[in-house]
Formats: sequence, structure tokens, C-alpha cells
Amino acid sequence: MSTIGAAFARCREEKRAAFIPYLTGGDPDLETSANLIEALAEGGADLIEVGVPFSDPIADGPVNQRAAVRALEAGVTLPGILEMIARVRARVETPIVLFSYFNPLLAHGLQTVAEQAAISGVDGILCVDLPPDEADGGFRELCGSAGVDSIYLLSPTSTPERVKIVAEASSGFVYYVSRTGVTGVQKNLTGELQRDVKKIRRRVDLPLAVGFGISSPEQVAAVGKVADGVVVGSALVRLVEENRGRSDLPELLAAEVERLAAPLHRSRRR
Amino acid sequence: MRKKSDQRPGYFGPYGGRFVPETLMAPLDELARSYDKVSRQRKFQRRLKDLLTNYAGRPTPLYFAEKLSSALGGVRILLKREDLLHTGAHKINNAIGQALLAQSMGKERVIAETGAGQHGVATATAAALLGQTCTVYMGEVDMRRQHLNVERMRLLGAEVIQVDSGSRTLKDAINEALRDWVTNVRTTHYVLGSVLGPDPYPRMVRDFQKVIGQETRRQLRKQVGQDWPHLAVACVGGGSNSIGLFSAFLEESRTRLIGVEAGGFGQDLGEHAARFQGGRPGVLHGTKTMVLQDRHGQIATTHSISAGLDYPAIGPEHALLHEEGRVEYTAVSDVEAIEAFHLLAATEGILPALESAHAIAEAVKHARHLSPKKIVVINLSGRGDKDVESVLDFDADKNKSESKSRETGADRHPAETWKNVVWGGDR
Repeated sequence: MSTIGAAFARCREEKRAAFIPYLTGGDPDLETSANLIEALAEGGADLIEVGVPFSDPIADGPVNQRAAVRALEAGVTLPGILEMIARVRARVETPIVLFSYFNPLLAHGLQTVAEQAAISGVDGILCVDLPPDEADGGFRELCGSAGVDSIYLLSPTSTPERVKIVAEASSGFVYYVSRTGVTGVQKNLTGELQRDVKKIRRRVDLPLAVGFGISSPEQVAAVGKVADGVVVGSALVRLVEENRGRSDLPELLAAEVERLAAPLHRSRRR
Repeated sequence: MRKKSDQRPGYFGPYGGRFVPETLMAPLDELARSYDKVSRQRKFQRRLKDLLTNYAGRPTPLYFAEKLSSALGGVRILLKREDLLHTGAHKINNAIGQALLAQSMGKERVIAETGAGQHGVATATAAALLGQTCTVYMGEVDMRRQHLNVERMRLLGAEVIQVDSGSRTLKDAINEALRDWVTNVRTTHYVLGSVLGPDPYPRMVRDFQKVIGQETRRQLRKQVGQDWPHLAVACVGGGSNSIGLFSAFLEESRTRLIGVEAGGFGQDLGEHAARFQGGRPGVLHGTKTMVLQDRHGQIATTHSISAGLDYPAIGPEHALLHEEGRVEYTAVSDVEAIEAFHLLAATEGILPALESAHAIAEAVKHARHLSPKKIVVINLSGRGDKDVESVLDFDADKNKSESKSRETGADRHPAETWKNVVWGGDR
């Protein structure tokens, strides 16, 4: 079982969903970013998603767009992020998933990326604009041989045929996008979400994590009831944005992760 | 020549595909299925033809530009007058086609991106005609330099949303349109304006623009007695007007085909939009094609005096046509385009769009070397009303810097002048 699979198995034993925070790698710079990833782990993350900044992030809302701009302005590149993850690996055991757009991966060569990601301690790669249909015979196999999980997305518009394609192509877990739209905080999750997640979960053997728009402990609790994992992204990226000058940013972030993940841990004895 | 059987669906050789978030995969399947089905229906084709003829003004003339021809030494230059279409550019061919398709799919809202504003105006027009709600995304830089078209869209009832991210041009407008589409895909059709984006857009937009080449062929037969030109020239932003013209002559080996990219003011990354001069294969906006980018895969900013050519990727079919060597791709600078703009105005009394002026500038370079009997077709893809201010500003700036360098004796690099034209503060 991969480290990602093991992390979900551990959560299942504890009868709870995994908490999966997201941050844009290198926001506001690589050094701070390394400390922030460590803080996510300390705050109680079960898995961590690290975004690769891209100039044209079509699946991201304004908060994550601004984070990408900050990182790119700081000169952050994919190799830089992988080196940073390798450094963090010495202190953090939590599985790390790279969240990227396809072009930066393509530019560095897919084989190189798969190998370097594995060496740096990346456990899985999720490429938001690379559906499994396009990854056939290429990137998925390269990641597989390097021992890196390939995570693909499902969404409310996915047909039963697509659910099958994605479920078969994925390893580690499957990421369900909670709504049609881009990343970003939303006040109310739709009532259909829980029903949809239950329906999809019956057809997917791998753990199913749900993300996009989840930002409060209440929403984490609601999604955690039906999913195997809950992803919180923009809410944490915004916290980084608003407090990026403060020296206690890592502590603030760890506390926020703890607060958001609390409903999932409530049943667990400390 | 390509064998159709060699191709993966949605691909042009190694280029094309559907590199989009999962949310768009099923809707793209649905769009492709609807398009394949509806476009074969006689009812749809009749309605499209009726609108193109009686509403948009097809067929457009193939005009023998005698004065321009003799000014260039006697080669026979024919202008395909897409600029005479309703709304002033070839974009309406595709906008009407897609708006009709959206209607048949039951989508009551359409969205579009626009660079020069011509595709936005065409989509707003088709939407008004068919009673659809319309939202157009446009970069802030383009909204300033193509202000007239912004007002036209608004008068047609469209909502124009300013895009302030990235380079604030066409690329960023497409980003924002895609974000809207991913959010509202159940009710909304995205009327993409060029042969870009995920399948089925590159082939669908090409099909709607094929009428340009088909008409040209018929008109050539009638007017000059042979149904092919020795040379056909068109500008290439995404590449829809050029593929529309070229598609009729791809199998005609006697016709030399030249696509003209925007050479901007220099050869470094960021100074031009010539994807075949510095671009590498990459993925942008859902398709694999030639993309201007840095070595880390970040998309480059581009420059062209022409908003419609100012884009870092080229349609995937063009990437293949380039690889196969069937179409040659060259680049024309801002200065050359402006000169061609003035040349056509002076010789023929036609103000071309700055996009189309790139094609004219390229044809001028070849005309002098061709014997008088040779036939050259230039796609005059749009009219230049929208560019009057840009041209005046460019000329004023050029005059200023020329008189300044005369005064000081300093030899100011022209690139400095051109930079000011686009990025200058008070426009």
C-alpha cells in the first residue's frame, strides 16, 4: 500500500475522514513555504497538498490566483518546489500530493518530473487539467514506475462512464470536486453534495476526498460524514495572504488547521 | 498528406486533445456529439446559410486590387473582403454557427472571450439576434486599445467584463471565460472565437470558417479562370481566418500558403507573438500546441500592436501544418503592419484591421518577386475602424521620436518607441 493509502487506512481505523490542507508552494517564498508545510503537519494534517504555481490557472479562483502570482514573482519554479519538499521531508512524514497544471510538468519532461518527485518525497501527483483520457500511456505509467500515485478528479458533471474511467485510472485516492466552478471559499455547500458523494463513493473503491469551497469547521464536519477526506485550500491560502508579514504565521496556520480539523478528531482520544 | 485514419479523434497529429478540468470533460463530449449531429442536419445548414447570406452579407467579394497590384509591380492581388461582413470581420461566420448550435442544445446563455473585440462583437450580435444572454471577457489592455468595440458590444446588450489578471490581454480573457464556463457549464455555451481550445473547438471553428476558402475557390474560377491562387496569405492569431481560407487549398500543391504571425517589436520572449519563432510544444487552454513559454513552463507574455494576434499559442492544426511543411509561417513587425495599413488606405481606399494588415505586409514582400501573371489572394479578415486610434497614436509617437532623435542626434532604438505605444500611460 502506498503511503497515501496507509494514511487513509489509519483514518478509517479511527472512523473519521482525513483532513487534507492545501497551500500554494512557494507562497510567499520557498523558505516560508517550507515552514508552513511543517505547520500544516503539526496542526494535524493527514495528507498535504502542495500547489505548483502556474501563470494561467484556469481552475482557480482569485485567492489561489493571487498566491500563484506571489510565488511566481518570488521566482518559484517546479524544481524549486521539489527541492523544498525534499528539505521538508526530513522533518515531516505526512504524505504530500503535488497539485499542478500540466504545462509546467510537460516543460520539465514527464519522466524527469515523475522521478524527481519520487526522489523528493512526493507521494502523489494531481494534475488539474490532465484528465486520465489524456494521461493514457504516458504520465500515469511514469508515475506508477516511480512509485508516485496518480490522483484524478471527479465532478458533479461526471457521467457514470467517466466515473468508471477516473476510478480505474486513479491510485491513492480520488478527488471529488464539490461543485462546478473554480477553487475558492463558499458560504453554503449545496444539499446535493452529500447525496452525490454517497452515490459516487459506492462506485469508487479508492478513498474519496472532497474539495473546492470548504472553509469552516461546520462544512468540514458535514463533508467528513460522507467522504474519506476533506480538502481545505483557499481558506488557508487566504490566511497566509493576510498574515504573510508576521513571524508567528506558522503558529497561526497550525492553530487554524487544528480548528478546522477538530470536528474530524472529536471522536478520537488524544 | 495526412491520412484521416492515422488520427486520434480530437487530434491533429501530436497536437490538440482535451486538457481540461474534469468538470468540462462530459460537457465537451456533449458539445462534440451535438455538433457532429446538428451540423449534418439539413435544417441547421439551411438556417446557417440563410443567416450568412441575408443577415451577415455572404458571399463577400473577391476584389481585384488593381491599384495595389500595380504599385507592387503588377502581380494580381485579390482581396477576400471578409471586412465587408456584418460586424466587420470573419468572426461572424463562427459566432452565428455556434450561437445556432447553442440554441439547438437548449443553452440560453453564451459567453465569449475577445482580443480585438471583433469576436466579442460578433457573439454579442448573434446573441441579440437569437435572444441569448451574452457575457464577453476582455483584457483591460485590449479594452483600452479597442474601446470602440467595447461600446458596440454594450449597445448590443452584452455584458463586458474587464479582465485585470496576467498580461490583461486575450490569454487572460480566455482564462476568465473558461472559469465562467466551468462554473455555469450546465446553462451556458462557450463561443470560443478561434481554432483553439479543447476538442471539438479547433475543428468546429474551422468548419464554420471554411466558407471563406470555398467561396474564394468558386470566385477565382469565375473571375480569373483557375480555381487556385499561386499564393494565399492570411494572418494567424489563433488561426481561424487563415484556416478558413487555407482549408480549400491544402490539397492543391500549386498553391503556396503563408500564415503571418505578429512579429511585434523584437525577437525576445515577450516582444512578439510569433509562436513558430521561439515557441515550444506545450498545453494552454485545453490544447497541446506550440506555445510561447519560459523554460519552467510558465506562459510568456506577448506583444503585438494588433490585439487579435497578441496570444502565446496557435491553433493545434496550424502546429501540424507547420510540422508537415504544408503551410509556411512568417512574422511581420508592428512597423511593417502599420506601413501596410497606410499602403492599402492610400492605394485602394480601404482601412484594414491591423491583424489583416500583417497579411498585406507579408504579401507586399512577395509581390515584388512574383511575375505579373501570378495570382495572390490575401484574406482581408477585418476592417480597420477599430484601429484608427492605435494607428494615430503609433504614428504620433513615431514622429515624436524621430524629431527627438533629429534634435539630439541620438539614435533611439525603434523598439523603445513601439513599447511606448502599447504600454504608454495615457491611452
